[in-house]
Amino acid sequence: MKRISFVSGKGGTGKSTLVASLSLLVKEKMLADCDVDAPNLYILLHNEVLSSEDYYGAKEAVIDPEICAKCGRCKEVCRFEAINDAWEIVPMHCEGCGACVLACPVRAIHLETVKTGQTYVSRTERGTYAHALLDIGAEGSGKLVTEVRKKLEQYKKDEKWVLIDGSPGIGCVVIASISGVDAVVAVAEPTKSGLSDLERVLGVTRHFGIPGLVCINKFDLNPEITAEIESFCNNNGFSVIGKIPYDPAVMKALQGFKTPVEAGNTRFTSEIEHLWKEIEKKVGYEQKTGSG
Amino acid sequence: MKIAISATGNTLDGALDQRFGRAAFFLIVDPDTSQFEVINNEAAGAAGGAGITSAQTIVDKGVKAVITGNVGPNAMKVLNAAEIAVYRGVSASVRANIEKFKKRTLEKIDNAVPSHFGMGLTGGQK
Amino acid sequence: MKIAVLSGKGGTGKTTVSASLAYSLGACQYIDCDVEEPNGAIFLKPDLQESYQVKVPVPEVDQAKCNGCGACVKVCQFNALAVIKGKVLLFSEICHHCGACSLACQTGAVHEVDRIIGVVETDQVQSFLHGRLNIGEPISIPIIRELKKRINKDLPVILDCPPGASCSVVQSLEDCDYCILVTEPTPFGLHDLKIAVALVKKMGIPFGVIVNKATENQRMIQDFCKENEIGILMEIPFSRKIAEKYSKGILPVQDNPEWIKRFQEVYAKVERGVNQ
Repeated sequence: MKRISFVSGKGGTGKSTLVASLSLLVKEKMLADCDVDAPNLYILLHNEVLSSEDYYGAKEAVIDPEICAKCGRCKEVCRFEAINDAWEIVPMHCEGCGACVLACPVRAIHLETVKTGQTYVSRTERGTYAHALLDIGAEGSGKLVTEVRKKLEQYKKDEKWVLIDGSPGIGCVVIASISGVDAVVAVAEPTKSGLSDLERVLGVTRHFGIPGLVCINKFDLNPEITAEIESFCNNNGFSVIGKIPYDPAVMKALQGFKTPVEAGNTRFTSEIEHLWKEIEKKVGYEQKTGSG
Repeated sequence: MKIAISATGNTLDGALDQRFGRAAFFLIVDPDTSQFEVINNEAAGAAGGAGITSAQTIVDKGVKAVITGNVGPNAMKVLNAAEIAVYRGVSASVRANIEKFKKRTLEKIDNAVPSHFGMGLTGGQK
Repeated sequence: MKIAVLSGKGGTGKTTVSASLAYSLGACQYIDCDVEEPNGAIFLKPDLQESYQVKVPVPEVDQAKCNGCGACVKVCQFNALAVIKGKVLLFSEICHHCGACSLACQTGAVHEVDRIIGVVETDQVQSFLHGRLNIGEPISIPIIRELKKRINKDLPVILDCPPGASCSVVQSLEDCDYCILVTEPTPFGLHDLKIAVALVKKMGIPFGVIVNKATENQRMIQDFCKENEIGILMEIPFSRKIAEKYSKGILPVQDNPEWIKRFQEVYAKVERGVNQ
């Protein structure tokens, strides 16, 4: 089984639209929405939830007021300003590191695991699909990404592919969305910020030694920057495998809760068919899992 | 002598797990008697540092060798420090890998794959 | 007054709105808290003069004092330490800089040293600030904290938040007086707006919505806001021209003075919203 993660330096470049569209074209695959901060693949997927589970992804300190001597040692050692003046833990700040537990001379503090979100595995017409919802303002979304991917693999039958709608950015959630995949497809727009965002996210894939492929969305909005992106990719060993034109009809299809493929947008469809062929070629499905 | 094998299941007939840090189980096996102990790898679900803690777990078991797929640089550093030999297993059952180990036909891994490599393709820069 | 600009989803025009607002106000402070992808500088073109390294404390072990007991390894909640043959190995990229290991060490062998994870850059008068997280670093909070230390209390402050609704957004929003939620009229935009609304409500900060890429025939955002009694501060129309200018690093306000007036009106509405 090959795992392909779709990422973008910044959000809103069309990553989910691309993955949702590919989910109609690619056979024998599973889908994972690892954009756990703003999961929205399911909006286009009509999923039927098979299983859901509370996710206890973090630890949090708890102070027992009966025992607490209000000596202030915990506040002194806490690096995250997570203990307020009423000697309570501020959940949004607590990292669950346990420093306060170690410091407390009367053992009034302990760590508890806390629910930070929920994971779901669903059946869809397009294959088994996993996603998660993070509790509002919760920490530890990188861990949740790992969990979504793990849950999905538990439902593995004989699928050939896993398509992962990854998180935007370059931080922990992104690292968790691309760890262990066979290729990363970075979706970029030809904007001033697009190129620097792309460079950063490709820097992450290179850092982790994963082949990086590039899809330029709305490439005709700014031909100069598109050319710049292409030459950047050429010079740095990243392949541009797809160029999707700007088309207001894409937005219109989405407003009607449809992928451009379902809405019958043939230009868009043939472009992403081509893109998928390139991915198949680059990853070489038959090829044996390689070595480092 | 004891060896550790990353495994997807908790029996000798289960498949080798190609991942080290995020392996589902480790089987601590005595190759001569095929006696084994199952370790549920709790580090597999960690957000970070899975390889380090997995390596620590099997180091503490006193094994002399590990059979697995790909090992990240952090885990490799731990295993090297502990002077544990690392062998690249084949896509087969744990039992088959033990046989190959006994016949000395498994390849020894000296270099770590890049961090967060998991089950990836070619190695990159690091 | 501190105004945070956020959106549940990326790419909805958060930076367009916050940079336009900063540009229209003139005398204000703009802080780009999206340290993973700081883009404000592309539009506001600041003359970055000052640069501060952001450091975090990581442990260092004095092997002479270390007895190899492994207490530090056991307390580390982040798996950043190992102890092999009596020697401690540290993996600093995984470290959360909490200091638990040095508290746990009974022999005083663990002390802390600085490690650089990124940088804060500003113009000379600190009217523009952004941070940059080094590639491969997972934790952005210390950089946001450094940025917010430099808030100017005498000026309107505009904070361009990271996308999403997780820890780094919470860190950016804290102590803000008002939130501007930027969204677009697609099912994705609506869904993510709901998450952002839940977050700012939980944090108890007054807020209003800006609809970007607004079209006449799709009013799902307006309908949602009406139902939930949420004020709409502004609508920015869906336009190829705005998208093209944006791709060149040009904001609507830099192209058409009419937009300056409109963003000043947004600010007036925000002021009223705060005082209500």
